[in-house]
Amino acid sequence: MIILRGESMSKQLHEIRAVKGETIQILDPDGNVVSKELEPNLSDDELRELMRRMVFTRVWDQRAISLSRQGRLGFYAPVSGQEASMIGSQFALKKEDFILPSYRDIPQIVWHGLPLYQAFLYSRGHQHGGQIPEDVNVLMPQIIIGAQIIQTAGVALGFKKKGEKRVAVTYIGDGGTSQGDFYEGINFAGAYQVPAVFVVQNNRYAISVPVELQTRAETLAHKAVAAGIPGYQVDGMDVLAVYTVMKEVVERARAGQGPALLECLTYRYGPHTMSGDDPTRYRTNEELSEWEKNDPLIRFRKYLEAKGLWSEEDENKVIEETKEKVNEAIKQADQTEKMTVPQLIDSMFETLPAHLEEQKAEFEKAGE
Amino acid sequence: MAQMTMIQAINDALRIELERDERVLVFGEDVGKNGGVFRATEGLQAQFGEERVFDTPLAESGIGGLAVGLGLTGFRPVMEIQFFGFLFETMDSIASQMARMRYRSGGRYHSPITVRAPFGGGVKTPELHADSFEGLMLQTPGLKVVIPSNPYDAKGLLISAIRDNDPVIFLEHMKLYRSFRGEVPEGEYTVPIGKANVVQEGKDVTVIAYGAMVHTALKAAEQVKKERQAEVEVIDLRTISPIDIDTIVKSIQKTNRAIVVQEAQKQAGAAAEIIAQINEKAILHLEAPVLRVTAPDTVYPFAMIEDEWLPDAKRVVQAINEVLDF
Repeated sequence: MIILRGESMSKQLHEIRAVKGETIQILDPDGNVVSKELEPNLSDDELRELMRRMVFTRVWDQRAISLSRQGRLGFYAPVSGQEASMIGSQFALKKEDFILPSYRDIPQIVWHGLPLYQAFLYSRGHQHGGQIPEDVNVLMPQIIIGAQIIQTAGVALGFKKKGEKRVAVTYIGDGGTSQGDFYEGINFAGAYQVPAVFVVQNNRYAISVPVELQTRAETLAHKAVAAGIPGYQVDGMDVLAVYTVMKEVVERARAGQGPALLECLTYRYGPHTMSGDDPTRYRTNEELSEWEKNDPLIRFRKYLEAKGLWSEEDENKVIEETKEKVNEAIKQADQTEKMTVPQLIDSMFETLPAHLEEQKAEFEKAGE
Repeated sequence: MAQMTMIQAINDALRIELERDERVLVFGEDVGKNGGVFRATEGLQAQFGEERVFDTPLAESGIGGLAVGLGLTGFRPVMEIQFFGFLFETMDSIASQMARMRYRSGGRYHSPITVRAPFGGGVKTPELHADSFEGLMLQTPGLKVVIPSNPYDAKGLLISAIRDNDPVIFLEHMKLYRSFRGEVPEGEYTVPIGKANVVQEGKDVTVIAYGAMVHTALKAAEQVKKERQAEVEVIDLRTISPIDIDTIVKSIQKTNRAIVVQEAQKQAGAAAEIIAQINEKAILHLEAPVLRVTAPDTVYPFAMIEDEWLPDAKRVVQAINEVLDF
């Protein structure tokens, strides 16, 4: 996969950001290429794979929402609308790169290798959901807004100290950029010049609070300036733009050129989570319809169709594949033995202290 | 055997572990060139270099998050919080992140982190430097909390903490840093976490204490012996989470009377927990209620009246007399 165009690409991006000050876009909402010079050099198979993953993620999300309504999933934060920003950014990583997700960033860690059934178990509070397979380089989803940002600086510092050519990548929303930990994390990363990439998925709402109330900063990418690291604003509904800029900043970080921040302008179509949020209380249907016109799947489909790389048949195949895979995963989650309180107690320390041994025995006795 | 102050013993433990295990990293505010505001890390950066011993930007939450991240990549972070009064700045990293890493990952990841912090009253620091916040750590599952009372234990316990694969909060009482010297063996040795130490044997009453209050208890014990020939058994907990209840119960089975002394405020905290456990495991051995000698339930009053506020030997003697005369 050869995408990087080395320094010339960096220069181009830098100029776009610094001189034009505009949002980086490669495809317009109709799928037309508007920045030919930035179009990535992806193979036909890779382009199709990007589309497959976005369709898969959309269908999986719909299915998860319905499972959640049936009470068969636990905590779930819908992702539809954010596929380009999630899938495009993860697609730019190598397997050895390490993702520190927030709770909505399940697609990225699944595409990075976490088995889907474990993601479902995570949503139900089963500890096996967090038992990331040895060869999968992700952390469990973070609930505390911003905590993963400073941890990312730490993981990246670890990679740098060990001389490993790996990048730590983290995700946060627009609201999360107001947290102290966000500033501390990007500042530490800048001070230590570590291989970290901070992806801000600006979906315009922190639950109900609009981004305009979070900050008077012109863009969230501007927040990078104070940390002394490059910041880019990308059309987060354009998978090619997200991928291209992400690839650039990730490879720069890998090459020892320091961290970067990437702001993806996107939108979540659904509620904040499936735990009772009603988006009509804080945003209009007109606004939702406007954003749906920017849909990342429609845009990319048009681009691929024009190239003869995607058809309705392809799409239907992915939809069927997804339904099958989701059904298998939910079945596997259902068949996983329920965790127990003694197992929970065991997970507190490497070696249990006496009082926990005692408490464990009490529960074991009660369970007999 | 060398005579060392507690601060020298701590420095010695850090040096030994930095030397022994290249995964050990020491970092925090001013720990590099300056050697820490109390000189706990004196000379370590010069000896081990800036890769191993390094300054951080001034942000305690960031320091905690950095430790969590470094722990995930195979390092053994020894982070310093300049004063434990700044705990709240890094509370999320400690309580919500490192203490939960095993739980959240079902044991796949862990946080082999030592959090070192000076604390403790009587040295006229500004506000929010001296506070005894260890009770908050006791209520946080997934942490161990260690508070040494002398140079020997400080070195052996710190080495144990650094080698532990779970997060250990290691609290260093500022008043003990340089107030006396003690015998400290050269080279490596460990003092086990979770084991109390009977520092003085006695048959009439048990005094349970930790940190600087061990010395207050010993002073009170001496006075009680002089005044009424009662023999006081003094237990230095050394670790307050987990609590070595077996040693306490064994002592109470002998003395049938006990008091707990802590520098922290009265409500909740270590003393309350110890008494609850005594209630569960030794109540039928008791001849008198277990009393607490603590600071009052106020915020820590820095400087002017701190000596009156802190528990002293006189108050410990009163409590001992009360349980003896019950």
